[in-house]
Parts: sequence; C-alpha cells; structure tokens
Amino acid sequence: MKLIFEKSIPGRHTDFLPALDVPEVSEDFARRIEPLRLPELSEVQIDRHYTELAGRTRGVNGGFYPLGSCTMKYNPALNERVASLPGFTDIHPLQDDADVQGCLEVMKKTEEYLAEITGMDAVSLQPAAGAHGEFTGLLLIRAYHRSRGDEGRTKIIVPDSAHGTNPASAVMAGFEVVNIPSDAQGYVDLAALKAAVGPDTAGLMLTNPNTVGLFDPNIEEITRIVHEAGGLNYYDGANLNAVMGIVRPGDMGFDVVHVNLHKTFSTPHGGGGPGSGPSGCKAFLAPFLPGLRVTDEDGTLHSGKADNSIGDMRSFRGNFLVIVKALAYILSIGREGVKETAENAVLNANYMMRRLSDVFDMAYDSTCMHEFVMTLERLKDETGVSALDFAKALTDCGIHPPTMYFPLIVHEALMVEPTETEPKETLDAAVEIFRKVMEEAYEKPEEMHLKPLTTVIRRPDEVKAARKPVVRYDYPGSV
Amino acid sequence: MNFPNDVKYTKTHEWVRFEDETTARIGITDYAQDQLGDLVFVNLPAEGDQLVCGDAFADVESVKAVSDVNAPVSGTVDEVNEALLDAPEMMNEAPYDAWFVLVSGITDTDELMEAEEYEAYIETL
Repeated sequence: MKLIFEKSIPGRHTDFLPALDVPEVSEDFARRIEPLRLPELSEVQIDRHYTELAGRTRGVNGGFYPLGSCTMKYNPALNERVASLPGFTDIHPLQDDADVQGCLEVMKKTEEYLAEITGMDAVSLQPAAGAHGEFTGLLLIRAYHRSRGDEGRTKIIVPDSAHGTNPASAVMAGFEVVNIPSDAQGYVDLAALKAAVGPDTAGLMLTNPNTVGLFDPNIEEITRIVHEAGGLNYYDGANLNAVMGIVRPGDMGFDVVHVNLHKTFSTPHGGGGPGSGPSGCKAFLAPFLPGLRVTDEDGTLHSGKADNSIGDMRSFRGNFLVIVKALAYILSIGREGVKETAENAVLNANYMMRRLSDVFDMAYDSTCMHEFVMTLERLKDETGVSALDFAKALTDCGIHPPTMYFPLIVHEALMVEPTETEPKETLDAAVEIFRKVMEEAYEKPEEMHLKPLTTVIRRPDEVKAARKPVVRYDYPGSV
Repeated sequence: MNFPNDVKYTKTHEWVRFEDETTARIGITDYAQDQLGDLVFVNLPAEGDQLVCGDAFADVESVKAVSDVNAPVSGTVDEVNEALLDAPEMMNEAPYDAWFVLVSGITDTDELMEAEEYEAYIETL
C-alpha cells in the first residue's frame, strides 16, 4: 500500500476547509520560507486511504485479542457517545470553574469512584498513561519521605516478575531499584523481601494479581513487612480488572496505586488512545498530589493546587475525554457490574486454561485470575517451534497473538487474557484454534517457521525494525 | 551449544577469559544469546569504571527483552569493546569473541564454573 505522501498529486484540493475569515498577517511576520509539503488529495481519496489503512490493522473489533496483561476488552459504544457531547468537547482548559461545573463534576465523581474501587482516599486524574501514573506515585513516595526529613530512603524493591515499567519508573523518580526473586509459584519470596528491606527502603512496587495471573496469598504479610521497615507500598493497577469490586488495594495494605483507565475502565487502548493512568493514594499522601484538585464548597466546585503538590505531571487536567469515557463505563455497569466484570474476567480465563491444559503446559498449576501463562518450552525442545512461531501461526487464524516472552521468568511464555467481554462461543472457537495449531506444529514443524501466510505483514525483520526503524518519509530528491 | 574450555562461566551466563591473574575479558555465553534471541542494543560501561562482583555493569536488549549483565569480577574497566555498539549481532554470531570489557586489577571473583560444570548447570534449567 502506498503512503499518503506517495499518493499526493500537486495542486489537488479538498473543499472542506472553510474560507479564511481572519485577517492575514503581514508578509514580514515570521513565516516559513518554503511552504509545508503536505500531501494533496481530494476528500474521497483521503477517505479511501484511511479506510484501507483501517482494514489492514487488527483491533478488538476485528476479532479475539487475548493480549495478556493488556486487558484488551471491548469498549462500549456508549462511552464514545457520551464523550462526544458538546458540553465536554467544546470547552477550553483555561475556562473559569464557574463555566465548567459539569466537567468538574465529572472529574470529582470519577476520582471518588476510583478511590472507592481501589480503597484509596484521593485520586489525581492528571497522569496520561500507566507508567506515567507509576512515576507520579513514586514521586508522592519520595515527597512523603522528604517531608519527614528522612532522606536515606533511596531504594525501591521490585520483584523479578514485575512489568518493566516498574523499575524504569523508580529510576526516573531518582530511586535505586532492588530486584527480588519470585518463588516457585511466582509469588513474592518472603525471605528475600525480609532480607531486602531496611532503613534505606522507600517502598515496594507490586502487581497483584501478579504478572503470571496469580493472586499472592501472602499479600497482607508482604505489605506489613514493608510498612514495618518504614517503607510504603505501591500497587500497580495493571491487573485490577481481576479483582475490582471484590478486594481493594487499600485494604491489602497499599498506600499508592495507579489505575489504567485504558485497560480496566474500557477506554481506547493502543494506537487509538490516548491513555489515562490516574494515581490514587491514602489521605496522608493527598497533600502531595499533582495538578488541580476539585473541591466542593457549598455546592459549587472549585479547582486548586494541593498544599505540598509535587507540581504538574501534565498540562491542565489530563486526558479529560478519556476520563469522561471511564465515568460513562463505571456509571453504566454500576456497583454490581464492577464486581461482575472481575468475576467474568476470571471465569473466562480459567475456562480457557482448563480447556487447553491437556495439550498445553501451564506455567503454574493453580486456578488463575484474569490471565494465564503457558510455556511452549516442551514444543520448542521437541520440534524447534518457538512461542514466536506459534503466535505467528495464530494470526493466520484471525487471532491476535497472546503476549509473548513475558513474564521473563517463564521460558517460551504465551500469556493469554481473554477478558470478560468475550462470549463463550469466541472462547470455544479460540480453544479449537490453539489446539489445531499445536497439532500442526507437531505434524509439520518446519512450516511453522514460515507463518503467517495470509496476513498483510508476515515476518518483519525485527532486528532491523529495532535498530534502524524508518519513521520518516523522504520526498524524492530531498536530502 | 558451544562451551569453550578457555573461559570460565557464571550462573547468570557471563563468561570470563583471564589473560593473567588480575586481568580478564568478559562477555555473555552462547546460552545467553540463544535465550535472548537477536540482540539489537548494548549499553557498556566507560573506561575507568569500577566493576563490583555480582552487580550489573552493562545491559543488552534483544527483540524479546532487556537483560542486565552482571560483573563476574571486581576490578577496573581498562578497555571497552565499542565495536559491539554498532554491531550487536556479533554477540549472537560469535559470543565468545564478542567481549564487552577488559578488566584489570581484579580483586575479587564470583563463583566461576568450568565448561563441563556450566554445561551440566544449563541442563538443569
């Protein structure tokens, strides 16, 4: 398929731009010497270009998308309808509070619901993504220790099963990372944790259920060990979908959380984003929260900075329309729906895992939460077919591959997260496809290295894509 | 899988080739590169940096993952193999030639394994 720049025809116009109705600035005002080389096409050509592009992409709308740890649930159309109401779209971030009471109410309500769901006391909606929320939470931890004059707490403990963003966020926030191993079940190794904590511990970052899809049964002891050492507990909300409405991070002993609205609360995820990663905290950390806080004074909503705010994590109010979508979702499913969502996410994952476990080796032999991890190590040893080959073969069958080679503690890992929005028929069809691909892998292993055969892009050169990505179009003749 | 006898091995899959008692080159093993897959980036320390036994001193990124490379010895970085920065594929193609650093003034070493021991250890993983 040609790029839109390659389709450009000089002089071709679109007529959807209105006539200029403001005075043109004078010639000597700062101007580009050469005009921008924008593609020139008619409206129908542009429409067809993007429709063709859309047809080449893979989304939840196109089929099953069990990308573990990403919670690629279907996002109800109602969210989009609510977020496109003019009262939400035709506003400006610098408008007076008095003009945007409804929008402030959306923010306040969303903060309150997220606080209730996570067991926190206050929430900032400003962070624009999950890792951004992590970074924010860690800055809260840093600000808290500093406010007490405790400068020696420089280390953040992160288990080896964590998302890579955890250690990265900790380093960004100025901490040193202490990695601790998981035990045979993928749970936090309590002995290693006890050995790691001390007067230099700023906090622990934990995902629970963890990244192999298991709920850590020692969670209360884990958070107690960290608290007794003077550290704080950070909850990575990546897997909140499995437990929301059932158990709250705040009740497990966590002090700070982030929530991925684009995972758990059904806002667009991936290229369609943007994301939103609100940070929640207990009351003692609320004075450090970033951005503008909305308060209710006699029925009128006001915005203001928190007393000891760490500053702004982003311009203005975060990704406001994403927040609107999350609120629409929470209100439309309601209190019972929040719980039912988690229950069905866990049920769907366990159903698929059980139906596959006679043919596939599960990394952990126990009931899973919202996702499960298979290891294809035996297949690779016996046939040379890797988890990558297997994932590529699935794309030929209309399934977006599960997450591959994560978590790192499982070899040849495939991590499957069906989410609650898939009906039983989809799960049954996927199970049949997984089993069929496994059969093929044993029958014709050499053919698996060639898969996929039917997709738009088959096997890109991953090394070249990582080392020498081509992300810019060079006009013919340009230097 | 290749386990040459002229180097010693660590449990975290680094190799050490001693040039004399206090000088050695360090790299990652054939098993390490095989597990990581195609390597695309490497971060190396600077000349003069101090290596501390057991601590990460470099990291490698493959198409699958980023991994720390741990120092099997304590000592001073004398020389850095900057050719790896432009050609990380050397670590895949010839892992025992693709040294990361030359370390001198070695004061401490990790528990190191001979080739047969390391091969037996790999079998248990």
